[in-house]
Amino acid sequence: MNIAFFYALTGVGLFTLGVYALIVYTHLLRKILAINVMGSGVFLVLVALAARTQNAPDPVPHAMVITGIVVAISATALALALMLRLRDASNHIELPDESVE
Amino acid sequence: MLVILPLSGAMLCFLFPQRVKFLGLLTAFAIAASVIGLLLQVLDQGVQRYSVGGWGAPLGIEFYVDGLSLLMLLVTGLVGLAISVYSSSYFKADKAKHFWPLWMLLWAALNALFLSADIFNLYVTLELMGLAAVALVALAGGADALAGAMRYLLVSLLGSLCYLLGVALLYHNFGSVDIEILAQRLESSPAVWAAIGLITAGLLLKTALFPLHFWLPPAHASAPAPVSALLSALVVKASFYILLRLWLEVFPVASASMEQSLGQLLGLLGMAAVLWGGVQALRQTRLKLLVAYSTVAQIGYLFLAFPLSNIIGWKAASYMLLSHALAKTAMFLAAGNIMFYGGHDRIVDLDQVAQRLPLTLSAFGLAGISLMGLPPSGGFIAKWLLLEAAIRSGQWWWGTMLIVGGLLTAAYVFKVIGYAFTSSDLSHEPRAVPKRMEWIALTMALLAIALGLLVPMPLALIEIGSPFGESMP
Repeated sequence: MNIAFFYALTGVGLFTLGVYALIVYTHLLRKILAINVMGSGVFLVLVALAARTQNAPDPVPHAMVITGIVVAISATALALALMLRLRDASNHIELPDESVE
Repeated sequence: MLVILPLSGAMLCFLFPQRVKFLGLLTAFAIAASVIGLLLQVLDQGVQRYSVGGWGAPLGIEFYVDGLSLLMLLVTGLVGLAISVYSSSYFKADKAKHFWPLWMLLWAALNALFLSADIFNLYVTLELMGLAAVALVALAGGADALAGAMRYLLVSLLGSLCYLLGVALLYHNFGSVDIEILAQRLESSPAVWAAIGLITAGLLLKTALFPLHFWLPPAHASAPAPVSALLSALVVKASFYILLRLWLEVFPVASASMEQSLGQLLGLLGMAAVLWGGVQALRQTRLKLLVAYSTVAQIGYLFLAFPLSNIIGWKAASYMLLSHALAKTAMFLAAGNIMFYGGHDRIVDLDQVAQRLPLTLSAFGLAGISLMGLPPSGGFIAKWLLLEAAIRSGQWWWGTMLIVGGLLTAAYVFKVIGYAFTSSDLSHEPRAVPKRMEWIALTMALLAIALGLLVPMPLALIEIGSPFGESMP
């Protein structure tokens, strides 16, 4: 087991943690953070796998990660803005239960 | 061209909020014109490939057009044009200022998605589309719409991150994200199975296949009417398109036996979606929720093609996609008219809508006919093809689903129409509906019916570049 593989495994672990937190917690800020943790996990996998050979690391996944970070930032910004609007409109920061329609 | 046009339209709308309606409509027509230009080019010269910035396949970004993507672009252009005209009178100035830029961004993302030739590009456009769609849902304001939008955003991010992880695994194993190169290099290994599983799960979540449909009804029902139409007709279809494309070109190579069992699973889920969506739609008391659950059911039909996996089945799914896009646009726009008119969408309190908004109700009825699959509508042809595919592959039991689903659809459509003819106890202040909005809804419904009469044209179109493999005699 080399070091890149170890990082990749950590990435998968982060992703799983993120999914777990996304499902379990009700507070929206926690959900948004969970999504971010998931995203970091995926990026870690990409970067780690780029260094799989002995030579210079493969640049393409790095480009993908940068694109992914840009997307993640805008998504987070939108999510936070929505969360604030939701708090103003309904006075709580959890999603309403489905059954109470 | 198809991507830059709506993007620059969005920027212009953003910069000049006073003239937003004019700019938006102008861009909409320009996009429609360039889609037709592309159509002529493809009809003339066959499959097109274009490298953005002159960089070729392994490194650069490539666009690729064949029959399937062309069909999707055409539907997008058609529905987009209708929605643009409709919303030019639906939104008031303060909302329009936000609607147009977002809608243009969404359109850009959709066009880019249908043109993309590599799976990472698909991820980026998928995200773009998701973000624009979420913002559009939130446009309605109010706690319901915001909660719906938030739920939609979380689900869509979860889906696309799953997809991205799958892409990462595929890239690691085969060193490319180009669909064609992947298809050549792919071989069966546990990593590939994991990647396929992740990608499929992510896309199913975004396509809202039962039981992952929970986010769809609140988001679609609480959005403004033109936005719901967009979401149902186009956005959901976009992720289905990616799944279809990958399924056809990349996954079969991986493992035949696994593909079969996965296909059966998808078919079963589709079947469950048809039943569940239909029953839920019957139980709804609000018109827009009913239409939203009907989308859940119709998505189920799309997935019935997966266990059959023969060419007729794929064609049926594409045809279903086409006719559902048109019919559902008509239905949501009609529902929007009814809400605009009466200020509410409680089905029981529909007050003689048939007499007061005859055009709108005809649109609703015609769209309903196509959804039920009565001849001569587009829905009928799609179901017929699906039935033929089912019988040919010796799996006739999928065919019974079509009939049950059709009956359920008929039940909920007639429920609405029945209430529309009677007068209700509650009287309310009616608001005049602009004629343009009524006509657009009716036009879309008529187009959905006309699809049934023009079968050979779209089918011939899909054949270009034979995305479904070699055609049978």
